[in-house]
Amino acid sequence: MAKEAALELDAPLTPPSAAPRWLKMLRLARAHPLGVFGLLCILLVMFCALFADVIVPYDPEALLTGPVKEGPSLSHPFGTDRLGSDVFSRTIFGARIAMLIGLVSVSLGMVLGSAVGIASGYFGGFVDSVLQRLVDALLAFPAIVMLLAIIAVIGNDDSSVRVFLNDNTPIPEGKWWGIPNFLDIIVISMAIGIAIAVGAARVVRGAVLSLKENVYIEAARAMGASDLRIMARHVLPNVAALIVVLGTIFLPIAILAEAAISFLGVGVPAGTPSWGSDMGNLSNRDDAIGRGIWWVVFFPGLALSLVVLGFNLLGDSFRDISDPRLRGGGGSGGASRTGF
Amino acid sequence: MRDYIIRRLLLLIPIMLLVSFMTHATFRIIPGSAAHLICGIGCTDEVVDDLEAEFGLDENFFQQYGEWLGVWPDDDEGNKFSGVLQGDFGESFLNRGESVTDRLVRTLPVTAELMILSLIFAVVLGIPPGVLSAIRPGTLADLVVRMTSVAWLSVPNFYLAILVIAFGSNWFGWLPPNFGTGNAVKIWEDPLQNLETFFFPSLVLSLGIAAVIMRLTRSSMLEVMRNDYVRTAWSKGLKERTVVWRHALKNAMIPVLTIIGLQVGALIGGSVLIESVFALNGMGKYLLASVIGRDLLVVQSLVLIFALVFVLINLIVDISYAWLDPRIRYG
Repeated sequence: MAKEAALELDAPLTPPSAAPRWLKMLRLARAHPLGVFGLLCILLVMFCALFADVIVPYDPEALLTGPVKEGPSLSHPFGTDRLGSDVFSRTIFGARIAMLIGLVSVSLGMVLGSAVGIASGYFGGFVDSVLQRLVDALLAFPAIVMLLAIIAVIGNDDSSVRVFLNDNTPIPEGKWWGIPNFLDIIVISMAIGIAIAVGAARVVRGAVLSLKENVYIEAARAMGASDLRIMARHVLPNVAALIVVLGTIFLPIAILAEAAISFLGVGVPAGTPSWGSDMGNLSNRDDAIGRGIWWVVFFPGLALSLVVLGFNLLGDSFRDISDPRLRGGGGSGGASRTGF
Repeated sequence: MRDYIIRRLLLLIPIMLLVSFMTHATFRIIPGSAAHLICGIGCTDEVVDDLEAEFGLDENFFQQYGEWLGVWPDDDEGNKFSGVLQGDFGESFLNRGESVTDRLVRTLPVTAELMILSLIFAVVLGIPPGVLSAIRPGTLADLVVRMTSVAWLSVPNFYLAILVIAFGSNWFGWLPPNFGTGNAVKIWEDPLQNLETFFFPSLVLSLGIAAVIMRLTRSSMLEVMRNDYVRTAWSKGLKERTVVWRHALKNAMIPVLTIIGLQVGALIGGSVLIESVFALNGMGKYLLASVIGRDLLVVQSLVLIFALVFVLINLIVDISYAWLDPRIRYG
């Protein structure tokens, strides 16, 4: 508050609203240094995800890139694991896998969740009751239990997709964008997406319930618009902003969820350079606990914590900007609610 | 009040039925039963059929659920009613013939102790710093509390757990007692060793929840401290301690209590991860193994118990609102 007052005294002839856009952004950034730090963390990880194949010194899956179980050194900044893979390369590639799974699962969750939420809120009555009781029962499970159950249903590799397609031809083990086991990773994203959709459906339904009482919905109906048209042209655009916000809230949760299930060994296939599976696979865990080879679990987890920290700090800053009274306090911190 | 509690307890029954029935339905519909997994690769259809008959998976969908619940006579056990209602959770598929009830009796105390200790840690670590940062906003203490809470929120509990064991064992030569076997000493046999086993798992599990409680306490206290009655208390010349702890805190605790109730879900989810890292033979680890092994009756029973705990704790939370704020009455 004091800073703003001082600003006005210094330059009384140029009120803040007249300042150029970049200057306003700069002021906002100066007022929220932690938010900027959070944004930088996210941008750093996104940069690593985009340019992973340019950054990494070794192929993340290559064995014996140097001496095995070697501590951090110049040629291997994060050390090597018991197979001689370079932990630095695996951690950088982990960013790509985390971001890919996060984005795919959140997109899927938002599409599925808003479709169910809009239908449930718009139609009301019987459809709404059935859908909401289903959501109630699903939300009674802790998130990770629900995720485990979904994975038990659709599996954590592409075999269920093949059964569905009735196709047993071996798919060539090609990499796509440097990512091994690409199809399996999409299946994992689907599982996380379904879990996210359940939570998103509830929120979107709530918004639609109040939205559909608006006069313009009634006007559209009076003009003879079909239900589908009203939902697509009048309801959807009005909840679009909410869906985007929900997506950014769910992104770190999805990344954490992937890490948690890969950590438990039911996520990405063994050998995939994912942060969760690098921390959780038994040989790395044994090495870290019994033999002092801490770097194989330390750095992947550090990267994961950095992403979550980034999203938390950025989220806090957004909340401060929209409601300065609750500075640093409001909200309950989305990610930890799920128990990861 | 008594009527309200009875009504809420009655409402438990349909929720429990729905949750367990949905688990049952899900596991019966999905392809690949426990029989396929036990039989393994290269197994014949006859073997699978035999196993499924042994497990009762060949029976009618509703019949099997009814037998597990105890409202349908179990034809394997001489047409007796033996199910959850009679206190018998059935037999495991994966460990053939093992009584689920026995296993539950062994795993329940481990998870219960883990969760209770975590809740205590979360409240102790969460509420006092939250209050402190709310009554001294903008100070160094406030900043430290806020930084701490963001840090605790951001570090995943399974990562912290593995770091505790890795650094503890390598730098201090400390491993959780019975780390290899996972059979924790019971608290009445050797309280000290029991606490040594459970201290770090509960602490690690509690940090994320403590951070949530800390943030909510802070914002709720800030809100309450602006109220007229707090100003009245100040103007009466009361000491800060009296104003904060006697007048403000009780009202600020209502939303905090709500979030504690909701966080029990996070505790259950976290116990799956933490028990797996610290090798504790609790219900979370049991659940993980059973979901992977498609052990239908076990998953059904565990989900039922977890849902029961979750709903009961939230009922206790709802009841305690009336104690915190006498204006709240349940008719």
